[in-house]
Amino acid sequence: MSDPTVNDVTEETVDEDVVEAETPEPTVAENRRTQHQIWVSGTEERMPFAESTDEGAQEMLPRDEDPALDIQRGIAVEDDFLMPEHVDESERQIINMGPQHPSTHGVLRLQMELEGEMVRRIKPIIGYLHTGMEKTAETLNYSQGSTNVTRMDYLSPFANELAYSLTVEQLLGIDVPPRADAIRVLMTELNRVASHLLSSATMGMDVGALSMMIYGWREREYVLDFFEKVTGLRMNHNYIRPGGVAADLPDGWEDDVRQIIVLVNEGVDEYEELLNENPIWLDRTLGVGVLTPDEVKAYGITGPVARASGVNWDLRKEHPYCGIDQYEFDVPVGKHGDAFDRYKVRIDEIRESLKIAEQVLDTIPLGDYRSIDPKVTPPPRARIDESMEALIHHFKLFTEGINVPPGVAFQAVEGPRGELGCHIVSKGGPNPWRMRWRAPSFAAVQALPAMMSDSLVADVIAALASTDPVLGDVDR
Amino acid sequence: MTDVDNTVEPVEETADDTPVRDLPANETIAALVEQFESAEAVERSYASSDVTYHAITVPVDDWVAFAATARDSGFDAFSDLFAIDHFSEAPRFEVALNVVNMTARERIIVSTRVPYDDASVPTLTDVFAGANFYEREAFDLVGIDFPGHPDLTRILMPDDWVGHPLRKDYDIGSVPVQFKAGSADL
Amino acid sequence: MANVASEPGGFLLTTVEKGVNWARTRSMWPATFGLACCAIEMMGTGAAHNDLARFGMEVFRASPRQADLMIVAGRVSQKMAPVLRQVYDQMAEPKWVIAMGACASSGGMFNNYALVQGVDEVVPVDMYVPGCPPGPQSLMHGILSLQDKIMSGEIQRSTGIL
Repeated sequence: MSDPTVNDVTEETVDEDVVEAETPEPTVAENRRTQHQIWVSGTEERMPFAESTDEGAQEMLPRDEDPALDIQRGIAVEDDFLMPEHVDESERQIINMGPQHPSTHGVLRLQMELEGEMVRRIKPIIGYLHTGMEKTAETLNYSQGSTNVTRMDYLSPFANELAYSLTVEQLLGIDVPPRADAIRVLMTELNRVASHLLSSATMGMDVGALSMMIYGWREREYVLDFFEKVTGLRMNHNYIRPGGVAADLPDGWEDDVRQIIVLVNEGVDEYEELLNENPIWLDRTLGVGVLTPDEVKAYGITGPVARASGVNWDLRKEHPYCGIDQYEFDVPVGKHGDAFDRYKVRIDEIRESLKIAEQVLDTIPLGDYRSIDPKVTPPPRARIDESMEALIHHFKLFTEGINVPPGVAFQAVEGPRGELGCHIVSKGGPNPWRMRWRAPSFAAVQALPAMMSDSLVADVIAALASTDPVLGDVDR
Repeated sequence: MTDVDNTVEPVEETADDTPVRDLPANETIAALVEQFESAEAVERSYASSDVTYHAITVPVDDWVAFAATARDSGFDAFSDLFAIDHFSEAPRFEVALNVVNMTARERIIVSTRVPYDDASVPTLTDVFAGANFYEREAFDLVGIDFPGHPDLTRILMPDDWVGHPLRKDYDIGSVPVQFKAGSADL
Repeated sequence: MANVASEPGGFLLTTVEKGVNWARTRSMWPATFGLACCAIEMMGTGAAHNDLARFGMEVFRASPRQADLMIVAGRVSQKMAPVLRQVYDQMAEPKWVIAMGACASSGGMFNNYALVQGVDEVVPVDMYVPGCPPGPQSLMHGILSLQDKIMSGEIQRSTGIL
């Protein structure tokens, strides 16, 4: 099923579903399992299905035996108009889903070749949100760059800013003080919490658990209130900048973070109680949209989607940054690579991120919140009245921008969707020559055909929701 | 942390006059680079971190072979593929591939240069399935041709768009706003 | 834009018209046209903390046939502009458009080749809500101001019927 080219016409034969005369009539559960096994190839274990029920009329009969399908396909007609003999058995339609659609997580267009309710081929068409951000970055200077970059993956603005700032600091060759590192870790981990809450909320809404949408947003508001207190904005903060962070944490932030940890943990307990053993949820997400580890690595998928398939790769552990290796946390890894595992990995990651936030609370050092290098960070406002050099540095930094020596740098952080990387080519001067953004959702959207071919339309929705693409990242 | 250049071994002429190559200290990368004569590796280190990665340049004729060798020697996690337009330098375009070795926890960024009048790099879709969309994006935005690609069409811009936006001679296309002149008249 | 006072029919019809306007504003169903970051804040406005349901608007209809209000939330790229126009054309009268955010109002911080510089180049806009992104309170202020404008009769559509 790991067919990368979406233009191949897969010839489906009728023989797969023909029941041998010797074997007995398959039960409902077995029918379900056979149907799901089409895309379960590669995983060794059986899906843990909920117990089968005798639902009689809900069975999906093998193709030859279902009379209703014949009428639907126009082969057996009720009137006396005779259909020509050579009517094609597998009549397929090409239907468009999106770009304006409530369940596509943004402006994603999926062209699907449908055979009844089964999706045979699927082709994602992107570009409906292309903003030319990589080109815009060449016209903005390095201080303005984080305002541009923060709007790419708009659900994790801090992670974007962090990747960009780290790359610029690599080019500049400077270090940030430890307090700045701790603040960066705190904000990015809380961002991960907010992003996963939203992802679980929208996944719930797409699969049908509408109340999940309201619950997820309720907890997210606590985190967004904290962000507004610290940075001034709920989203797109421009807080993490090359050299450190824009401002220190306000007074009383420890109580806010402690309250967030308590309230969000309680909220996540509620979600798990609502969804983890819910038979409808299990039916909709178990065995749906499976990705094997080889597919994950070949397509370049990282983050919770990769970890749900068993690929244990988390940049916070493997390539740690900002001193994140001093905090103790686990990385949840799934086994089956289906939609349920991705949801479960994200829920567990919320708890782990809250653990990291608590450790930051307890161990954050005092000190500067940004590097004191006058060529990079503007001086404090009070100093401008006192010192001529401070005035000149302030002037040059805000009219010309940070002057970065020529070089090439790449750095990646673990965003909520995976490896978020920034590659900057600098030829000297205040503007980057080329800024390349390694977007995690771009790879995930590319792997959608591998995940969704030969599945039901409803499974397409569930699988897409579990992948959690953000189209701002995909299209940039 | 500053850039760490090629680890320098004293370049000595051996008895039969073949110069010893400067190979990086890292064994995995050195084993890879050794197999290709014209590959050169530079080590760079992250900011706020102890992590390093290697940037390797290869000529375009070795592009697919190097990628396949890298994949077979453990660098099988595809990460990124993109193009850069160095306007005034020749060769003008650079195509870079970013792959990761998850077991050895190493990353390499392999790049190659192609000139303006022959801006074509063989496709990597047979080596890494994920290169598909990335090569389409490089074609769409920078105009590099990837012979052998199954579907080399525009991906981010509308299908009938003319021009390659990320090239340096393509204007940003800004409209005039108050107190600021624009460059286009959209 | 016809003046209410000059409508023929006098007192009876103006009261009916006021009633119609009241009904239109009290159950204005938005069409889902969330594009980018502003869409997240739009969803936040519909969520529990800042509740749009108290204004009768929590049903975000995906089908434009069933929607009255199109909140263009986010940046409109060149590829998306014809889609935007088509969805707008598919909405039934009376319909209103809110341009939410800086990118929808004027192209925002992205003054480049890829974005339509302001959604009013594609569809007629009734209310502009500034912000990047506008918080739920700003969006709600915009929606309520639009409701006031409709109630006062300032915005009218030339459908020929009321």
